[in-house]
Amino acid sequence: MGMTIAEKIIAAAAGVESVRPGDIHTVNLDKMMSNDGTTHLTVDMYNNQLKHPHIADPKKLVFIVDHNVPSDNPKTAASQKKMRDFARENGIDFWEGKGVCHQIMLENYVRSGELIFGADSHTCSYGAVGAFGTGVGCTDFLYGMVTGTSWVLVPETVKFNLVGKLPEGVYARDLILEIIGTVGANGCNYQVMEFTGEGARTLSISDRIALCNMAVEAGAKTGIFEPDEKAIAYLEEHGRKPKAIYHSDPDAVYVREYTFDLSKIRPVVAKPDFVDNLCPAEEVQGIKIDEAFLGSCNNGRIEDLRVGASIIKGHKVADSVRFLVVPASLEIYKQALKEGLIDIFMDAGAIVMNPNCSVCWGSCQGVIGENEVLISTGTRNFKGRAGHPSSKVYLGSAATVTASAIAGKIALAEDIH
Amino acid sequence: MENMTGKVWVLGDDIDTDIIIPTEYLAMKTIDDMKQYGFSPLRPELAGQIQKGDIIVAGKNFGCGSSREQAPEIIKALGIQCVIAKSFARIFFRNSINNGLLLIEQPDLHDDIKEGDTITVHMNEHIDYSGKEYPIASLPENLMNIIQAGGLVGAMRKLNGLD
Repeated sequence: MGMTIAEKIIAAAAGVESVRPGDIHTVNLDKMMSNDGTTHLTVDMYNNQLKHPHIADPKKLVFIVDHNVPSDNPKTAASQKKMRDFARENGIDFWEGKGVCHQIMLENYVRSGELIFGADSHTCSYGAVGAFGTGVGCTDFLYGMVTGTSWVLVPETVKFNLVGKLPEGVYARDLILEIIGTVGANGCNYQVMEFTGEGARTLSISDRIALCNMAVEAGAKTGIFEPDEKAIAYLEEHGRKPKAIYHSDPDAVYVREYTFDLSKIRPVVAKPDFVDNLCPAEEVQGIKIDEAFLGSCNNGRIEDLRVGASIIKGHKVADSVRFLVVPASLEIYKQALKEGLIDIFMDAGAIVMNPNCSVCWGSCQGVIGENEVLISTGTRNFKGRAGHPSSKVYLGSAATVTASAIAGKIALAEDIH
Repeated sequence: MENMTGKVWVLGDDIDTDIIIPTEYLAMKTIDDMKQYGFSPLRPELAGQIQKGDIIVAGKNFGCGSSREQAPEIIKALGIQCVIAKSFARIFFRNSINNGLLLIEQPDLHDDIKEGDTITVHMNEHIDYSGKEYPIASLPENLMNIIQAGGLVGAMRKLNGLD
């Protein structure tokens, strides 16, 4: 019986010939990433609860400050100092202010075929280049940090057969929201979402990141694409080679299969307070907004900034709206500067900010107040996610978010002339 | 583990980790400081009403969202003995075991239960409610050992003879 790409990565990490869903294996972790959301808790446990603690391999660890950067109050400053000091003392790669952790990992570390744990739920993004990334809590992170290993229950795989090509003005962001709206917020709980087919091959690496990144919003352990020439080219552009290239066997077993025709996807919006509360963008057109956010590990890449800039060029942000533009990494920010995109956003009245998680995580920049409405390219729209419990978050594509910033209400890009 | 009897608080489907503990309180120093804000976006009064030994019964996908481990820690700190739901999100499930919070999957109880009623959990067997038995799966011994040690770190300390 054949294996899926996810099963092959787990088998390699476990040092066994083959694995089956439901098996539990001890695995060697290729890399581990932790950010300022929880690293201070890991450091506390390491220092206070273990006897003669030891890090298995500091070279496999990456610490990234991205959630509250620059720090916004003495408490976050203290927890970030704890993280910074620990990284320096132990020879751990440390990043601060350079971007959202998953974007930094994809630009600098992730290789096809690797098994990576991250103390952040959106670690599933790494499947875009054929790696198995998954989110864990800080206790699991601590265990991996000390032993270099962890255990995994081999998940079943759900196959998403993508056919056709996305129409003009429709984006991977619309596609993944459509997929989550179809399968539901726990539709793939503890499963792998494998995106495959000729439609998958038409998608750019940025598109693939947008898909894999939100796999967790369907409850999945990870999302993954088979690495092709686009994935290898992406790694090469960033100075790396794959660890291993795995493909799913023709006789691999899938627990369910879905087919999505990309040519039929339309602009969609996820309404408050659930990512699977989906509707056609037209249905919510005209809802007044207070803030718009273009950024995040889901949709803050250069491709997304180009979409936003092309729509807002020659227009102004509505008086009543704050439009936050947050490149997902410094590399993206500098590229946007080179292409003149930042000028376009600034001339239109947008607030361009340093790379960070921003309002997507709802505790730092751009938090919204009582009864305010945000339209966002972020990852989640849970109740109170972006600020006050009574505030509302709508999720849409870079195009829909930018058009809404101009109109002052939820709008489609085609409404902007 | 002995049988557990407790008063029930009923919550709905897709109770996410931002509801269990909103981002703005995560920078607080201790879990005890944070716990009064547990579930505040949904029911601000709930954290103050929960008594030690109470039980939460919820719908599907409990704990979806972020990997923040403060979520199970707060539920435990509020005194909740166990959470019974139709299903749990995977990161939350693992974090709960690792922090010594007992979770039980039961598909039907949520449809029948009324808030404020009392249930009895017979570990590895069934839940008694209103004269009816709701079957539950058994928890493997190694996971039960982790829960009884207060979590994964506690279990490691026990194994290493530190406690």
